[in-house]
Amino acid sequence: MKFVWFNLMPWPHLPDDFREKHHSVWVDIDSRLYDPAQGHVLYHEYMDQLEYADSLGFDGIGVNEHHQNGYGLMPSPNIIAAGLARRTSKAAIAVIGNSIALYNPPVRVAEEFAMLDVISGGRLLAGFPVGTSMDTNYCYGQIPALTRDKYQEAHTLIRRAWAEPEPFAFDGKYNQLRYVNTWPKPIQQPHPPIYIPGGGSIETWDFCVENDYNYSYLSFGGYIAGKRLLDGYWERVATLGADESPYRGAFAQIICVADTDAEAEELYAEHILYFYNRCLHVFPGFADAPGYRTIKTLQAGALGQLRQAAQRRFSELTWKDLVEGGYVIAGSPETVRDRMKDMIEGLHIGTVFCLMHNGNMPDWKTRYSTRLFAEKVMPHLQDMWPDWKGDDRWWCKPLDNRLDPLETVGGRARSELTEAGQ
Amino acid sequence: MMGWERIDTAKGTSCRVWRHGQGSPLVYLHGSAGILEADGLLSALAREHTVYAPELPGFGESSGEELLEDMLDFTLHGWDVVNALGLDRPTLVGHSLGGMVAAEMACVCPERVEHLGLIAPAGLWMDEHPVADIFGVLPQSLPGLLFHDPAQGAAALTGGVDFSDDDALVSFFVENARRLGTAGKLLFPIPNRRLSKRIYRLAARTAVIWGESDRLIPPVYASRWGQLIPGAEVVLIPDAGHMVTLEAPAAVADAIEKLLVR
Repeated sequence: MKFVWFNLMPWPHLPDDFREKHHSVWVDIDSRLYDPAQGHVLYHEYMDQLEYADSLGFDGIGVNEHHQNGYGLMPSPNIIAAGLARRTSKAAIAVIGNSIALYNPPVRVAEEFAMLDVISGGRLLAGFPVGTSMDTNYCYGQIPALTRDKYQEAHTLIRRAWAEPEPFAFDGKYNQLRYVNTWPKPIQQPHPPIYIPGGGSIETWDFCVENDYNYSYLSFGGYIAGKRLLDGYWERVATLGADESPYRGAFAQIICVADTDAEAEELYAEHILYFYNRCLHVFPGFADAPGYRTIKTLQAGALGQLRQAAQRRFSELTWKDLVEGGYVIAGSPETVRDRMKDMIEGLHIGTVFCLMHNGNMPDWKTRYSTRLFAEKVMPHLQDMWPDWKGDDRWWCKPLDNRLDPLETVGGRARSELTEAGQ
Repeated sequence: MMGWERIDTAKGTSCRVWRHGQGSPLVYLHGSAGILEADGLLSALAREHTVYAPELPGFGESSGEELLEDMLDFTLHGWDVVNALGLDRPTLVGHSLGGMVAAEMACVCPERVEHLGLIAPAGLWMDEHPVADIFGVLPQSLPGLLFHDPAQGAAALTGGVDFSDDDALVSFFVENARRLGTAGKLLFPIPNRRLSKRIYRLAARTAVIWGESDRLIPPVYASRWGQLIPGAEVVLIPDAGHMVTLEAPAAVADAIEKLLVR
């Protein structure tokens, strides 16, 4: 099993009456709710937590991209990832990911991901999301019905930019470049492992299987609701004749660990409810620009999850509903262990994106939950999927002799440290 | 002669065309809601003309929308349809999205358009008067933007779908996604594909017709079109919104007939 510690980086100071007084947490969120001085402290706190997860032995640490969003303060995840690459040396750095249709030209992603891979010594997991409709269409103005076509072109361009040894001309519909010659190239060849975060578009499944990419289902609906969709994915994997390695699939799950089940509720309930009640207050009119999803996907019923009714439901959920419904896996280490097993087996997944900072959780609670998970939960789950032990097709392959960035603390010359060591 | 017929364009799209009436040919290009059964304007126009109302690919039973991506594609598609119908210089009338396409067609081939009726056309943008964002509202809010009388209008727009019923809402969403997804190629995120750079080529005698209660594209745009097209007649219609074609079909038809005798 692989466990990636993830922080969405929410803004923790949304007012109590946010849902009543504000239109949406995303796209047109009131910018006066953001305070840069508090933001300064917050970025450091959140990055410290990601580094802490690395020190506790999580397999990876993860960041993602959102725009104009009150629960995701990373319009550029690559900036955060660059900071992490300098201050960690063990965990994979999962950038899940860059919305490749938004970069103009998309060779920018080939370049920045190559830089991250080189700086981190080959620890990059490269995510290529289509991007949500909120980010892609409403914030970044992409024409909904052409977004997927533009995404496909960007994908082709980036893969070629990484692979081709000679400069080449690219005559695309959305990008015309006379000299594509990405420099530097990534350490991991022919490319870093590619993760495709999906929210339920069924054509993404074929794309993942055909290219041997990991399909990562990211939702806040939890593992019980997520099963229907992942069952569809695995069915498609089988139909297309691919093997059923659980590492083809990943799932994002909110997890809170405490000493006892009762303590978990006492410590985390208010923060989880902050997340579901305030952070997920997205105006439904921004959820799905017409044309963003294909008719095939709409007909398959994926839209059901995005209905206004679903939005309304989040705000009415109690802690009990959230835990029993599997939205949140919370409790004592034993409880969390059991439920994680149910999730991992039920969804047939090899990689979990562990959402362990949630809503407005203070730093100490985040660390407490994270440490308990690393010490008392993770060791019991690591050897699940014995039949697929060693299947590292979707994991990074770092340099053996990569540098330990911690040695450079204080800006001292690396040569100086080496001499002192000898 | 009346009813639906089907044409295939040279590019490869397949379109239904609603044909009705007798008289000089008039091609009517519909807006983002498609050809509505309740549209009284088409029958009103059919009293004096042979009305051809082609359905745009991406709407109803017309297909091939994947072949149409940008403004030039849609403009040439308009002429491909006219050619497939065997028409030479029909009167062009367009509403909203269709008005935008009709104006572009008249700019690209000015020698083929003698009379042009633009009913609340999209295609211009003024920062100080933003056009409302039809892509960023819930379906149940659309009638309020589109009609002078939203309660009456809602039924006409949806064929009587009850939006308080979740399943009906979802099924409307699917149909709407295809229509508006196609319209979005010209209208998203800002309904401006630089027509104003080409409008100097427009040579047709033109009527600009607008509902006074239009809350989608406010009537200030009627004056703007009037300024940009020398000699255009601007007609404002009271007690009608953006769907003036449904709310005041007789007044719109009347304005078109007056244009044709100019």
